[in-house]
Amino acid sequence: MIATAPPRVAPITVRGVGKVYPARRGSFVALHDVSFSVAPGEFCAIIGPSGCGKTTLLHILAGLFPASTGTVEIPPQEPGRLVTALIFQGISTLPWLTVLQNTEYGLRHMRVSPAERRTRAVEQLRRVGLDRFVDAFPHQLSEGMRQRVSIARALATDPDVLLMDEPFANLDEQNRLLLQDELLRLWQENRQTVLFVTHSLDEAIRLSDRVLVMTSAPGRIKAEVPVRLARPREFRSVRQDPEYGALSAKLWEALRDEVLRARQT
Amino acid sequence: MNGPSYRWLAVISPLGLLLVWEILSRTGVADPRFFPPPSTIIRTLADMVRSGELPFHIGVSLRRILIGFVLGSVPAVLLGLAMGLARPLRALLMPIVAAIYPIPKIAIYPLIIFYLGIGEASKVTIVALSIFFLVLLNTMAGVLGLDRAYFNIARAYGAGARSIFTTVAMPGAMPQIFTGLKLAMGFALIVIVGAELLGSDAGIGFLIWRSYQIFAIEAMYVGLLVTAMLGWLATIALDWLERLAMPWRPTN
Repeated sequence: MIATAPPRVAPITVRGVGKVYPARRGSFVALHDVSFSVAPGEFCAIIGPSGCGKTTLLHILAGLFPASTGTVEIPPQEPGRLVTALIFQGISTLPWLTVLQNTEYGLRHMRVSPAERRTRAVEQLRRVGLDRFVDAFPHQLSEGMRQRVSIARALATDPDVLLMDEPFANLDEQNRLLLQDELLRLWQENRQTVLFVTHSLDEAIRLSDRVLVMTSAPGRIKAEVPVRLARPREFRSVRQDPEYGALSAKLWEALRDEVLRARQT
Repeated sequence: MNGPSYRWLAVISPLGLLLVWEILSRTGVADPRFFPPPSTIIRTLADMVRSGELPFHIGVSLRRILIGFVLGSVPAVLLGLAMGLARPLRALLMPIVAAIYPIPKIAIYPLIIFYLGIGEASKVTIVALSIFFLVLLNTMAGVLGLDRAYFNIARAYGAGARSIFTTVAMPGAMPQIFTGLKLAMGFALIVIVGAELLGSDAGIGFLIWRSYQIFAIEAMYVGLLVTAMLGWLATIALDWLERLAMPWRPTN
């Protein structure tokens, strides 16, 4: 591994986390006894069948709602920084705010002065190549550009941990590949801890150091597959590496039964 | 190539109607005492503008509408946003709102006069009251219809209750708020003319009623025409305000 920046000391430890939703008849168990940890500066992917509680897990880590059982350990909050920054799938920006206002959105709740907010937001927009679009509204951008705005918004809060919820799911294949490159480049520069939820085997292998496979609902961690491909991960070298095929087969093996089971419910 | 333009049909229908009216009235097929020819009405309108009578009555009604509109819609938007955001508040107030909303507000005008007298206060109040629930319900529906994703974005990036109110609920519900305001403008016109018919010594409604009583039918028609024009102009003004308030909306 080539580390271009020292990793942030930001491990995540999840112990026995469960989430139960009240349902019309009784209750629905979304997560059951999920335990794992992510090392500081590690890029960790989570794959699982749809409806397995991946999003629920990320929302718990982002503090949107508490877990029903178990504990989550994340580093303490420091002033001027966010511990976890969540990047959403689908609707990722507020349509009534400009690109700049969207990027500043986290900072405005962090007691950062307006001048510093602007500097930090513009800097991140430059990193994702959108500094020419500061005054545009989201509807004037493509889906991929909107997703880059939401990445800039996350990075502007200088987070210890990036939580990404299928951020590229709504993009076409070619744009997805470009954004993956961009994400890897950004990550290589800062080395945040990343937890990246995806349903794409290829995306998990291409991006991460380690893949966690979840079961169908109620979601648990079923398997853990390390990805030891060299970085930086250029598209061609990754696809031509014999290890890629082996990893792909291994992950699908772990996932296949779960996808079949999810289809039956 | 573009298809034929049908825009001229939109001009033809009102002009045609006026022309038929003019002919029927002049030939005596329609009684000119009740249906004076449009040309006469227009002449009366010009006279009333020149004498200052019409501008005076329009000014009186317009002032009542504007003050009542602001007094009714501002609290309605604020409470509507709060009710859209807070479930307990909704549960608490919804039964009252649902019960009062369908009461024709003009029906409680006697009560309002009883408490506030026949002056400006009662006119402004009836306008405010008649639009309040309409704007409130539209605003609340606007918040309730917002995608949860917006609230998740806000909360994930540290927004508290106040920030969610101003950065998510208010701008997000803005399209629906304007739907409410446009409906409300129509209601405000209806109710102010009604209230002025019932008890007033100035305003467009008063003009219509007095003209009827002294059998100045042309002047009565002028009042009706002015009411229609005001409604049309108000719609244009609100459309303009809507574009100004929501620069973020895609234009087609």
